[in-house]
Amino acid sequence: MNTNPLTPTALIAEDEALLAQALQQELRLLWPTLQIVATASDGLSAVQLALQHRPNILFFDIRMPGQSGLEAAAELTDAWPTDTPFPLLVFVTAYDQYAIQAFEAQAMDYVLKPVRADRLARTVRRLQNTLQQRTQQTVTTDPLPDPVLVQLRALLSLRTDPHKTKPALPPLQLLQASVGKTLRMVPVAEVLHLEAADKYVRVFTQDGSEVLLRTPLKELMQRLDPQVFWQIHRGSVVRASAIDRVTRDDLGRLSLHLIDHAETLSVSRLYAHLFKAM
Amino acid sequence: MQTLQNTSWLGQALLSQHVLKHCTHSTHCTNLSNQPTEGHFDWLSPWPASIAQTVEATQMRGGLPNPAFTDADRKKPSTRSRYSSNKSSNSTMSTHPLIDWFPAQHRRPLLQRLLIVWAVALLIGLGTWIGNRASEYPSAFDASMVYAYAISTFIWLLIDLPRFVFKRLLSTQAPLYWPPALPATLMLLGGIPLGYVLGTLVGDAYAGKSTWALLQHNQNRPAVMALVAVGISLAYVAYFYQRGKAEALASQFTQSQLMLLQSQLEPHMLFNTLAHLRALIGHDTARALAMLDHLNDYLRTTLQASRQPLRPLADEFSRLRDYLSLMAIRMGSRMSFDLNLPPALATAPVPSFILQPLVENAIRHGLEPQVSGGHIEVHASTEGEQLLLTVRDNGCGINELALADAARPLQAFTEETRPTWGLCHVRQRLHTLYAQQASMHIYPVPTGGTCVVLRLPLEKQTRS
Repeated sequence: MNTNPLTPTALIAEDEALLAQALQQELRLLWPTLQIVATASDGLSAVQLALQHRPNILFFDIRMPGQSGLEAAAELTDAWPTDTPFPLLVFVTAYDQYAIQAFEAQAMDYVLKPVRADRLARTVRRLQNTLQQRTQQTVTTDPLPDPVLVQLRALLSLRTDPHKTKPALPPLQLLQASVGKTLRMVPVAEVLHLEAADKYVRVFTQDGSEVLLRTPLKELMQRLDPQVFWQIHRGSVVRASAIDRVTRDDLGRLSLHLIDHAETLSVSRLYAHLFKAM
Repeated sequence: MQTLQNTSWLGQALLSQHVLKHCTHSTHCTNLSNQPTEGHFDWLSPWPASIAQTVEATQMRGGLPNPAFTDADRKKPSTRSRYSSNKSSNSTMSTHPLIDWFPAQHRRPLLQRLLIVWAVALLIGLGTWIGNRASEYPSAFDASMVYAYAISTFIWLLIDLPRFVFKRLLSTQAPLYWPPALPATLMLLGGIPLGYVLGTLVGDAYAGKSTWALLQHNQNRPAVMALVAVGISLAYVAYFYQRGKAEALASQFTQSQLMLLQSQLEPHMLFNTLAHLRALIGHDTARALAMLDHLNDYLRTTLQASRQPLRPLADEFSRLRDYLSLMAIRMGSRMSFDLNLPPALATAPVPSFILQPLVENAIRHGLEPQVSGGHIEVHASTEGEQLLLTVRDNGCGINELALADAARPLQAFTEETRPTWGLCHVRQRLHTLYAQQASMHIYPVPTGGTCVVLRLPLEKQTRS
């Protein structure tokens, strides 16, 4: 990890190689001391490379293969080591009305494609100032400051919250899952929790059985009642009324214990705010 | 300004009507009995059964009650009225089981109709006054006017108003708010005579004479007058009904045109392409020029074609080639494509842009999310009297929910949830142009990816 403010490091995640190259060139001109330590071409390798290089700054494209820039950032908040400050995030997007509004509202930094030199220069100045402040504050109690979590949470909820998109589709009453040659109808009322597994979703029901759905969790979430089902992790959604208790370990990580079920579910830092004593 | 407002409320009303009408369709589609029969779908394939939905244009006009909404209605009596009119004005106001709140967007058209009725009443009043001068019972000018206005206004009140105030009782629906045959007949049979009697009473009170006494004296005249009133009223009804229908159709057309243009010039694609151009200009002028040429052609044909409903298949393919070439430059080695158009089909007319949303979907939801990218194939073929257009990709495949959503009305989506929007749009356009003669089928490819097949009638091409 590079802590020297004079030679800061950055990672670019952009699926279109030419645009990654162009951004790198612009940055070289505007900020000669900035080192681009890696360029990722999809949302999955962006997370891996970021953890590997632990740069000071992340330039994330929004629409990327594998997973979106927002999802990659959310994944990093959980996986980021506690001994390193969380990188500064800059999102890069071609055209995304909602995202831009959200970035403005959350004061998240973003750059529009095609990237204009003067606009990028403004971002660079802001990044330099923030990095400067960081090194002056020698005592860092939390490597991941709360504002970042709040901002990311807001951005992610904007993409999944059915109330934000105007005519919400009616919530699902039944999940239809194929089990071998038969189709199982699982009432949503019997679902205990859901877990994302690659492109599938594993559905656990109250009677202890498990079925597989071929719908991404993200899309399924839009059709479930957010009051009833809480997202507690990027890949995990649980029926709120089925939660028995929440425990915190020495590292501050939260675990959920379900009523009448032995297994525990881990809570992402992004959603830890849901579990606070009244 | 007024017309603008009219189209906007009509748009809203239409939107709600589509929601009501087409949700029926989506429930059809989740039905397992709707598997395609062509054998494209393999029951033993790893895909769940609900994926094998057939999205057919033929099912678009479902007249069945809508389960999704009747459910909601049971829970909350005001739900239907909320969906059938302006959200802000009456989502909470209709509490009485019989009376619904008057839809705000209909106030102005209602007043317009009243003014037309009054203008004609002036003519009727003048006509009866002039006609009666020569008869054995001449009436005063003012009395003729009072009769004409009172009768016209009462009949208007009894026929035009209840359609909006008793929406549920008469089961009227946006955008026309015209009840089905039986309540409509009852409304006309009751409303016109009652309006005539009430109006005559007012006129009698003003003129100080009794039409009923006159009736005993001379049975023909009042009977003729009543018949004339019925005739005029029915003419009004027919005229206003046709007018409302024409307006609704026009606004539906405008809305679909707007959506079409919006889909053709997808901003994300446009700005990403420009970003590429900007990056290329500096160091690879040749590639920048090639890209600019594709963009030029793409924009030109897009703007041209948006004005004509049908185009030769060859044009459609060359436009797809421009679009795919642009995408190929951007995605590099992650994307390849194959266009296959038999020369015999080059002149076959097809709806403009009918393939564009399908190819866009294939890229955006099939290839782009996959780290490895993929391949797209578009080909045209014939099967008997039908033209088959196939878009096939080996991307990450369509999921159950997206497939179910493909069967939904396109207005049910926002820009954020637009993935299946393109499919709804294609389905709707096929239906508008060919009714039951065209269809759209979506199949998951067992080896990964999605295949969409459009079937259009071939004989249509000889006509244009």
